[in-house]
Amino acid sequence: MSPDIFFYLFSALTAGSALAVVLCKNTVASALSLLVSLVGVAALFILLDAFLLAALMVFVYAGAVVALFLFIVMLIDTYGGVRKPFKKATIVASGLGLALLVTGLATLAQRGSIATPEFAGTTAPLVPVGASLRAYGEQLFTTYLLPVQIVGFLLLIAMLGVIVLSKKFEGLEDVK
Amino acid sequence: MAVIQVERKPLSFLERTYIPQIVGGLRTTLRHFFKPTVTLQYPEQRPEISKNYRGVPTLVIDPNGREKCVSCQLCEFVCPPKAIRITPGEIPADSPNAHVEKAPQAFDIDMLRCIYCGLCQEVCPEEAIWLQNQFSMSGYTRAEMVNNKAKLYELGGTLPDQHHKWDKKKAAEAHGNEH
Amino acid sequence: MFDLYFEIPLWIRLVLQGTAVILVLFPIAAACSMAERKISAWLQGRPGPNRTLPPLLAWVPGIWVLQKLGIFQLAADGGKFVFKEDPVPGHVNKFYFIAAPILAMIPALTTVVVVPFGAYLDSAGKLVPLVLANVDIGLLAVFAVSSLGVYAVILAGWASNSKYPFLGAVRASAQLVSYELSMTLSVLPVFLWINAPGGQGTLSLFDVVQSQSQPGFWGGAWFVFTMPLSAFIFLVALFAETNRQPFDMPESESDLVGGFHTEYGAFKWSLFFVAEYCHMVIGSAVFILLFFGGWNPLPWVTLTDTVQALAHIIPVATHPLFMGVLGISIFLVKICLSIFFFMWVRWTLPRFRYDQVMNIGWKQLLPLSIANLIAYTIGIALLQK
Repeated sequence: MSPDIFFYLFSALTAGSALAVVLCKNTVASALSLLVSLVGVAALFILLDAFLLAALMVFVYAGAVVALFLFIVMLIDTYGGVRKPFKKATIVASGLGLALLVTGLATLAQRGSIATPEFAGTTAPLVPVGASLRAYGEQLFTTYLLPVQIVGFLLLIAMLGVIVLSKKFEGLEDVK
Repeated sequence: MAVIQVERKPLSFLERTYIPQIVGGLRTTLRHFFKPTVTLQYPEQRPEISKNYRGVPTLVIDPNGREKCVSCQLCEFVCPPKAIRITPGEIPADSPNAHVEKAPQAFDIDMLRCIYCGLCQEVCPEEAIWLQNQFSMSGYTRAEMVNNKAKLYELGGTLPDQHHKWDKKKAAEAHGNEH
Repeated sequence: MFDLYFEIPLWIRLVLQGTAVILVLFPIAAACSMAERKISAWLQGRPGPNRTLPPLLAWVPGIWVLQKLGIFQLAADGGKFVFKEDPVPGHVNKFYFIAAPILAMIPALTTVVVVPFGAYLDSAGKLVPLVLANVDIGLLAVFAVSSLGVYAVILAGWASNSKYPFLGAVRASAQLVSYELSMTLSVLPVFLWINAPGGQGTLSLFDVVQSQSQPGFWGGAWFVFTMPLSAFIFLVALFAETNRQPFDMPESESDLVGGFHTEYGAFKWSLFFVAEYCHMVIGSAVFILLFFGGWNPLPWVTLTDTVQALAHIIPVATHPLFMGVLGISIFLVKICLSIFFFMWVRWTLPRFRYDQVMNIGWKQLLPLSIANLIAYTIGIALLQK
């Protein structure tokens, strides 16, 4: 019962269900595979001692986002439809992705392992950022403040976009 | 009638929070929580039934213990769902009630057919069949649901009525006043 | 005896503890179904189920007390659910139809892992929580795992392939996602307060109780006194999250037949049923830990104080076993009171209309919880300066 077994188990689960997301004919089954995949990722985070990230993963993605996916899928009732043939761009992109993956795996096979980054003068065991709330919060509001702000701004724009697209602004000339 | 338009009052802020109303409701239900129950423990405790309730049809005896039914079969004839079946019989000559002449040998009311209409009671010239306060009939088989004569008298009991029409008739006969 | 237990390998101990907790939680959830029937009866002036008695036990003196409380009715109900025929309708998606009730049980029983239910003083005089996993993300884990409960409802409704369950599922998913927001926001002031600058940084429920067990007037006050609005919002959201009246949207018997579990029967239905009560028990537990001082018997009176006061009368009071049992008992009593409140409300209030549910969730509770958060953030910042 070494952690390695769990790692392989959950990696297989994550990757397998991620594949199922793409390959499933039934949209609801796809969404549920996505759920399983996300829970698998959370389990991998737990193996990395990043409990906080795992909990957030389950809470935000598995708990809310996929639920909304399912909600929409059920409302628009898409299952049983015909899958569109792949576009040219998709083929090019997937070919590129595959090439990158192969390159990465080949490099890994050649070098034997991923080099562990060296930390000067740290003898104490490294505490992952995602493990404790305090470390995570501090990093979020110091080192990664700019990305957080940018992502927040992007989300705000997306939200405004949804409002503009979904609401009918009749009699409001300036918004049209 | 003129229609009066009543202005609906806007809800106050507290009413819109629902809270005072919810608290009021909770208080009411809590009061009931501590009140004694208002129900009856049914098969043991029976509800009080009104005197003129019309439940299961039964046969009655008079205060002297004579069965009042003379098996005239009017009820059998009038019964809309044909629930009543009477086999008439003669009263043996050595009986103290021999002057009544007839009594039912068998009296069956099929309670799966009976519709509790009360026509049998209405039509009975002897006031022998009564719809009384018995209201629940149950059984495991169809046969159990047929009330025979013994059951009907057991349910019916005595009618405390001092009329004694047949005794008066007998007395009159004894005094030579035939018919 | 105690040491013997701690010599068992850790994983066996964890399995034993986990099984013990499930063995306690499951019957409590089942007993809640009887409590619901009894409380509804008493609130309505009826005696409730009071007749079932196995003939084998009829000779036991005093057994009528249990009979009047309907304990055997509970066993009869449970037996019925297990042994009656369990049909799967022909028009359902079989895999998901069977998976849904199982999925309902998993989050319901998993959340208990991070919920502490008592504490004892170890030999060093340090308070140790009785909990399966005292992780410092405690509450987040509860929220995360319990948020998976919505899938059981969605799947059940969708797999049933029938319109009323489907409507129930759609309503449920919208409602659960909506109220999760207010619920999360409402507890933030509590954690702002206990995570004073320079502290460890924790979301552990044990630490929440600890910070309600401080000496002094403010230290011993339960958070319901210092943060009544947070407690209120959390309670309302809890009602919505556990699908209880007046937020009974997924089931709403009067307009959706049985809601998401219309097509279910027998054992699978009873799993949904037990899962709902498990959610209620866990929800009440979290509510009590957050706002009602956990296993402390009274505000300003901590469990440690109680045990030390009791030690003058009974010398064994400070023994870890005694203290643990006392703590768990106090906690269970509080949970029972909270569950009684749930049921009391259920048999008092009518159901909100669906649009009212959404209005309350998004237009009243959410702004209120945000305002509450901002007010307390400013207040706590000023206080801690």
